[in-house]
Parts: sequence; C-alpha cells; structure tokens
Amino acid sequence: MVDYTRMEGKDGGALGGLRSFLTTLMEKGVVDAVMVPMRLPYKRVIMQTLVRDPAKLEGVDPMAPVVPTNSAKFAAQLTHDETGRGLALVMRPCEIRPFVELVKLKQGRLEELLIIGLDCLGRYENADFLALDAANPSFTLDFYRSIRDGKGTARDGTDLAEACKACEHPVAEGADICICLIGEDIDKGLTLQGVTPKGKEALSKAGMDEAQRPDGREQALQALLRERASFRDAWLKDMRDQTRDLEGLMDVLGNCINCYNCRVACPVCYCRECVFVTDTFQHDSEQYFRWAEKRGMLKLPTDTIFYHLTRMQHMSTLCVGCGQCTSVCPSHIPVSQLFRSVAEGSQRLFHYEPGRDVKEPIPLGVFYEKEFEEVAGGK
Amino acid sequence: MADFEPIIVAFVCNWCTFTAADLAGTSRLSYPPNVRLIRVMCSGMVDPKYVIKAFLEGADAVLIGGCWPGDCHYINGNLKARRRVALLKEILRRFGFEEDRLWLKWIAASEGNLFAETIKEMVEKVKALGPSPVKTKLVA
Repeated sequence: MVDYTRMEGKDGGALGGLRSFLTTLMEKGVVDAVMVPMRLPYKRVIMQTLVRDPAKLEGVDPMAPVVPTNSAKFAAQLTHDETGRGLALVMRPCEIRPFVELVKLKQGRLEELLIIGLDCLGRYENADFLALDAANPSFTLDFYRSIRDGKGTARDGTDLAEACKACEHPVAEGADICICLIGEDIDKGLTLQGVTPKGKEALSKAGMDEAQRPDGREQALQALLRERASFRDAWLKDMRDQTRDLEGLMDVLGNCINCYNCRVACPVCYCRECVFVTDTFQHDSEQYFRWAEKRGMLKLPTDTIFYHLTRMQHMSTLCVGCGQCTSVCPSHIPVSQLFRSVAEGSQRLFHYEPGRDVKEPIPLGVFYEKEFEEVAGGK
Repeated sequence: MADFEPIIVAFVCNWCTFTAADLAGTSRLSYPPNVRLIRVMCSGMVDPKYVIKAFLEGADAVLIGGCWPGDCHYINGNLKARRRVALLKEILRRFGFEEDRLWLKWIAASEGNLFAETIKEMVEKVKALGPSPVKTKLVA
C-alpha cells in the first residue's frame, strides 16, 4: 500500500514518469486498458484515447490545459455493460463528477475501474488552446510555471474558460489516485497520491516507491479555492442580476438558434433521446400561423425558452459547472453561467451536490412522505 | 384591469381531483368559468414540460390537482409530483415569475366543495396579480 509516490524530472520529465507509471499499470496487469488524454498527430490536438497496447502510450498528455469535450459520457460508454476488463480512467474533477451522476442513472458502472484524477488548474477554450499551443511548443509547462510563479493564466488576450475560474472543485474527490499538481513545482516533478485502498494498492502493485506527502499543497489549495469562490460569487450574482425577470432571461437567450449544442456537450443531459428532437416538436404548419396570430408575430426558431426552461428542470440538480455548454455555443451565450446560477438554487433545494457520493440518490429519483409540505398548500 | 379574466389550466387526476370537479358539477356548486380542465390519470404524470408549455402558451395560472398523500391510486404519484413542482417553482421563482401562478393542491374525490373553493380563490388571487408577464411582455 503506497500513499504517495514521486515522479521526478526536469523540463516536463514528470510527464515521462506518468507515462511509465501507466505503462507499468498495463504491463503488470493491474489494468487492461487506459482512457487518457493523448496528443494525436493531427493538428497536435489532445483527445481522450482508449489505449490497449502500452507501447502506444507515447503521446500521453493529461496535463495540457484543455478538455476538448467532457469525457464523462465516454466513461459511461466504456463501462455501461460488463466487459471483464480492468480499466483506468485519467480524468479531471469536472469529468469524474458527472460520471458519478451517470453511474447513479445506470448509464455507467464503477466496478473494475481505477479512476486517476488530475488536480485541475483550469482549461482554455479549444480554439484558444490550439493557438497558444501552436505558438509555444512548451506551452503546457509554461502554463504550470506561470501559476507557480504567481503570474496567472491570462495569455495573449485570452484566459481560462470562465467556468474554470468559478470552479470550486479543483481536486478530484472521487478518484482512487490523485495526480497532485496544486502547489507543485512542475520543473521538479509531481506527486501521485493513493487516495482509496484500491488506488494505494494499484500504486504498490505497480512497484512505486513510497514518498513524502507534498508540502505546500494544502496551503496552495486553500488560496486557489478562495480565489475561485470570489470569482464565482461575483459571476453568479452578475447573472442573477441580469435575469431577475423573464425578459432578462430572454435577453440572455435572445440569440439562441436552437442548435442544441449545449445539450449535446452536457455530460449530465442524460436522456437517451431528447424530446426536443422528437416528432413532438414537428409542429403542423397551421400551428405556426395560429401562434403568430395570437401575438401578431412569432420568433423563429420557436420553443427556445421552452427548451432552456425544460433543460433546467431536467439537469440543473445535476449540473457540475464544467462549462462545456458555453464552450460549444456558436452564439456566445453564457449558458454555463446561466445554468450554474439556476443549479445553485436547485441543488440547495434538495441539499444535493452532484458527484459527491455515488450512494446519494439523484433528487428526482426519490421522494419522501414528509417533505415540501408547503408546496402542496395551494399556491 | 377590472375586466381581466384569467385563464387557468388545471391538470387534474382522474381518481381524486377530477372526480371532485365532477361532484362539484353534479352538486350544482358554482365556480368561475376561468378554468380549463385537463384530465390526467395521475398528478405524477404531469410532466413539468406541460406546465412550462401552458405558461408559454398564455396561461395566467396552472393548477395541478392530485389525491391526498396516502390516497394516490398509484401509491405515490402525487409525492413525485410534489418534488417536481417544488423544483419547478424554484426555477420559475429565480426568473421573477410569481409563485402564486403555480398551484399544487390535494383535493379528494369527495371534496367537490373544496374544488369549487380552490378555483374561486385562485381566480381572485390571479386577478390581483394581473395577466401573466409571458403574455404581456415576452416575445418568444
């Protein structure tokens, strides 16, 4: 049982250590496959990749500050039925937490899994990352150096996704093994922490040497949490102020084109088939004229606010605030800011925190005899 | 707005609240004609989408009527409805939508008088609130 182990190395050598750790996990049969962000030859893009052959782990790069798409749904795809294969998942906190929600919804399974969670210092939008990374071959290392030196994350007129700046979950709580980056000096190396018994055992089976608990992590984490909470509070208040009434909401959503990208990108939008793409919304032509007649005019596409209010009802209790909805919006609507500002109330109502505990049932999956009695009082 | 006549869409469960409405009728109780009844098998099958849609189509208020806890024909459909309504109210409230426009009420099959009273009370309250902002302000 190993609690902590070190990956030493200068100039990003720690990444090599991480790669050899994953290789050892596979070679020693601790797991049969690994899902891990990998640098691919095309556009030097970073994508989640399922690796079965340890020789193919060369491009492993989970530390690059980008999440092209939330991998919770990939994790669900890989685990929703039994394969008998041991799988290690290398994910960020905003991917693990929705995966836990999908497990509760029986769309994924935690058995035979080894979850390796990365301390997350944030991600850039995909296009920004590609540009920054293309301009600087050691962009990832410079990103961590800059945070270490207190120089922040803003680069060339761009910065981290707002959702990340507002995220109070930089540490992967549900992980078996944690890749500790907060408070670390990337030029000296990084630490792996065995969090659960399964994680400690995996580290020891992979023959990792026991190391010290990293200094300065707790202090750096507290500072990061304070910074993020203060951004979050102002950010959510700003959205609440903008949407105090339905007109304000329509102002925010006014340029929505009903592309439903936000729903596709959402890791907890759990419906197998979304009602908004079914025949229910293939209205008769006559219907449009009737609607137009009622108010004299009808905005096209229709059902925009209907869609967003329904989505709030469906997933706001499960929203982890990963920000992918904003990232994919072609109309630059702050979807994540809006939905998180709603999720705050929805989650408070049920004392619920998505991703906290797989044993905690989803709010709309249970009900109790003695609760919300005031709701059925009439008004 | 003295001449404002609100439109109330009421989703009423087959076993209790609809039967109560029927009883109100056969007992010759009178209540304002502002309500449009939609008979559903259980309050637990009222998808929140129906409620949102009713508001967006211009309902000034929505009533969901179900059996008292413990009396549900399907054991607990009404308790599921209550959780969903609690959440929907939370979301609508967030956008300044008046809570008094969405009612969940337990009305048993024998309570024809309670049904008539509820509609009367609701119409009064909604008249005081005025027309729904969805109708008056929103271009959707």
